[in-house]
Amino acid sequence: MTQPAYDNSAPKGEPWVWFTSLGLIIGLTMVAGLLGLVLVNGFSVFWAPAVPTVKLSDGTVMMGQLAQRRVRPDSPASNPKYERQYQVGLRELNGASYVWVEEAKIAQEDFSSATMGLERMENGPAFVTPVAFVNASGSKVPLTKATFNDLLNEVERASEIRSELNTIQRSKIGAVNAKMESTRIDLRRAEDRGEPTADIKAQLAALDVEFNQLRALSEKVLAKNALAKIEVRDARGRDVVLPMATIVRAWLPNDMSAWDRVSLFFSRLREFLFDEPREANTEGGLMPAIFGTLVMTVFMSLLVTPFGVIAAIYLREYAKDGVILRMVRVCVNNLAGVPSIVFGVFGLGFFVYVLGGSIDQLFFSDQLKYNNNTPVFGTGGLLWCSLTLALMTLPVVIVATEEALSAVPRGMREASLAAGASKWQTIRDILLPASAPGILTGVILAMARGAGEVAPLMLVGVVKLAPTLPVDMVEPFLHFDRKFMHLGFHIYDLGFQSPDSDAARPMVFATTLLLIVLVVCLNLGAITIRNRLRARYKGASF
Amino acid sequence: MNPSASRIKVQPATESEGRKDYIRIQDFGFWYGAKKALDAISLDVPERRVVAFIGPSGCGKSTLLRNLNRMNDLVDGIRHEGDIQIAGRSIYDPGIEVISLRRRVGMVFQKSNPFPKSIYDNVVYALRIMGVTDRAVLDEACETSLRKAALWDEVKDRLNDSALGLSGGQMQRLCIARAIANRPEILLMDEPCSALDPIATGKIEELIHELKAQFTIVIVTHSMQQAARVSDRTAFFYLGKLIEYDTTEKIFMNPSQAQTEAYISGRFG
Repeated sequence: MTQPAYDNSAPKGEPWVWFTSLGLIIGLTMVAGLLGLVLVNGFSVFWAPAVPTVKLSDGTVMMGQLAQRRVRPDSPASNPKYERQYQVGLRELNGASYVWVEEAKIAQEDFSSATMGLERMENGPAFVTPVAFVNASGSKVPLTKATFNDLLNEVERASEIRSELNTIQRSKIGAVNAKMESTRIDLRRAEDRGEPTADIKAQLAALDVEFNQLRALSEKVLAKNALAKIEVRDARGRDVVLPMATIVRAWLPNDMSAWDRVSLFFSRLREFLFDEPREANTEGGLMPAIFGTLVMTVFMSLLVTPFGVIAAIYLREYAKDGVILRMVRVCVNNLAGVPSIVFGVFGLGFFVYVLGGSIDQLFFSDQLKYNNNTPVFGTGGLLWCSLTLALMTLPVVIVATEEALSAVPRGMREASLAAGASKWQTIRDILLPASAPGILTGVILAMARGAGEVAPLMLVGVVKLAPTLPVDMVEPFLHFDRKFMHLGFHIYDLGFQSPDSDAARPMVFATTLLLIVLVVCLNLGAITIRNRLRARYKGASF
Repeated sequence: MNPSASRIKVQPATESEGRKDYIRIQDFGFWYGAKKALDAISLDVPERRVVAFIGPSGCGKSTLLRNLNRMNDLVDGIRHEGDIQIAGRSIYDPGIEVISLRRRVGMVFQKSNPFPKSIYDNVVYALRIMGVTDRAVLDEACETSLRKAALWDEVKDRLNDSALGLSGGQMQRLCIARAIANRPEILLMDEPCSALDPIATGKIEELIHELKAQFTIVIVTHSMQQAARVSDRTAFFYLGKLIEYDTTEKIFMNPSQAQTEAYISGRFG
């Protein structure tokens, strides 16, 4: 069969399939690379590798765990020379936790089974040769493989005492301090107004007694840890005595079973998720930051959903179409494109200073007057962070709700009105339930954007280290005025503000991983709810 | 007992025709913006009878139907002249709320439009928004309406299932049950069978026969056979004008206008 002359549609293959799929492949590769990098670097924080004793050609000896290996920047590309970074710990003796070594200068590297790793409350970890330890009752025991389990028991006991001490200092003494503070304000006010002060002074004295009792108690608890210590020798042969109270964990990196290594991994992971940070956030856990991020995101969603839905109902159902409505729509859509830091500045200028300042003037004037002008709501806090992010994500919810409302079939609307329903009854009984999945999609997008946002939060209430959680057992339980910690800010702070950037680097990845997991979990939760709602409307033929 | 409950007591069925001008349309003209859709329509619909509106597409029959319960109010830029009275009172009387008008004038649409709710909730929707909460009243209304809509036997065991799981014909009968649940006086049907197969259409036509004992029914249809089968009177519209209005028998056997004859014999339209 011959083709007519004008038909040049002979098969030529489909180059555009390849071209367009290339775009997808590049995108997927980058996402996979990002996740892989974060996963590998993040999980390496919890893994305990073997610890070599390194002898250099100039005679220096050191013990530490390999942190990274790279090509020396000054070496020629044809003949690359490598250098290694070791985490040697014992910052109080070595000056720095991390040491760079040229690979060419390494004379000998061996893995002594005696080497012990110690994780400590401060000054980084320690990689040492064990000598002996003194238990709580004061008797000295030589530290060998056989007595290592006894040492672990001692470490466990010491950490129990530490948490007991923590409870006394944090909760009990903290509560007494807070009470004393408010009583002092009462006293100053009474003195100022010339009212009798005897009662208040008696109260204050009683609190003082309570405080002294608690302090005595905490000293008594502290004394339980006074005797126990570990005697070790570092790589250079220096004898070091470490109080047991400062030891968090002990392990034998070159002489442990795979099971021990895995359980150490999970023990560190558990600490990471459920404990508080230490060592300028480079060690310990992230519980306050996880909690703060969650609470803030939930409050933000609770604030943005009603506002957004109500605004969208007005725009779509009640407002008369015209120039003004179209301008409002354009403005709302553009609001979504405003840089987030702008919302931070607005939050600081309006919410914190104007709103918060007025709240303080109206309801906390005593607090201001008798407490050195310390603001309550007139400073950054959870409420202002949630409000600022709610404002930032408002357009997302409005646009999604408007679209969901307009997607409800006209027939349903007419059926309801024809049955004698008022406009509001139609919205409430028919339109809102039918558009709920679409509205939730908007809320999911808002949550995803809000949970990962950092810049505006830095201005309106997120801090590097918060002594208290925004939700706790002290009345009124929900502390909207409190500053809090946030994972996103935590990453920035660790990576760029940390005094020991080498120590912080692995934590940056671990925290990033956690933030990703948290956002994914929040979204999965919301998506599950949405799909349940959608299933209720399954079988719709319109 | 709830005052609205008394409204849904079953009235004794009667075959007698009530007042002859139950719905009275007088010189009614209607505009969508600048476009004139209806031109000086005058016709009376007798009580408890079925009146069919026929005519080619765009002739204004649906527009007139949708004015009887003021559904056209939802459209922007509309205007009317003349008057429509139901039981002697103008539906444009400022003293009449459009909501109470729609409660008296039920409507069934061309495309079945059940709510994404259970069958039960669909049927009692109108009662619920009127404020009826008494479960016994709702149950009774649900059963009565579904029985009248000839759907009860098919769905009585799954009243709490989603209405969206029903077949097309069942959905349309559900919409009829929903429209009659609060006992309106008038039932408007806008091409109720156009999306249905012949068997479902037959069921709905039987239903119309039974319902006219209690309701005044106005039906818009494209099917001449349907108009002949179900209606007592037929109005033929063309280009926004009422060409002829008479008993169905007369319209189909012996129309007085040439245009009517041309249309029903299929020569145009």
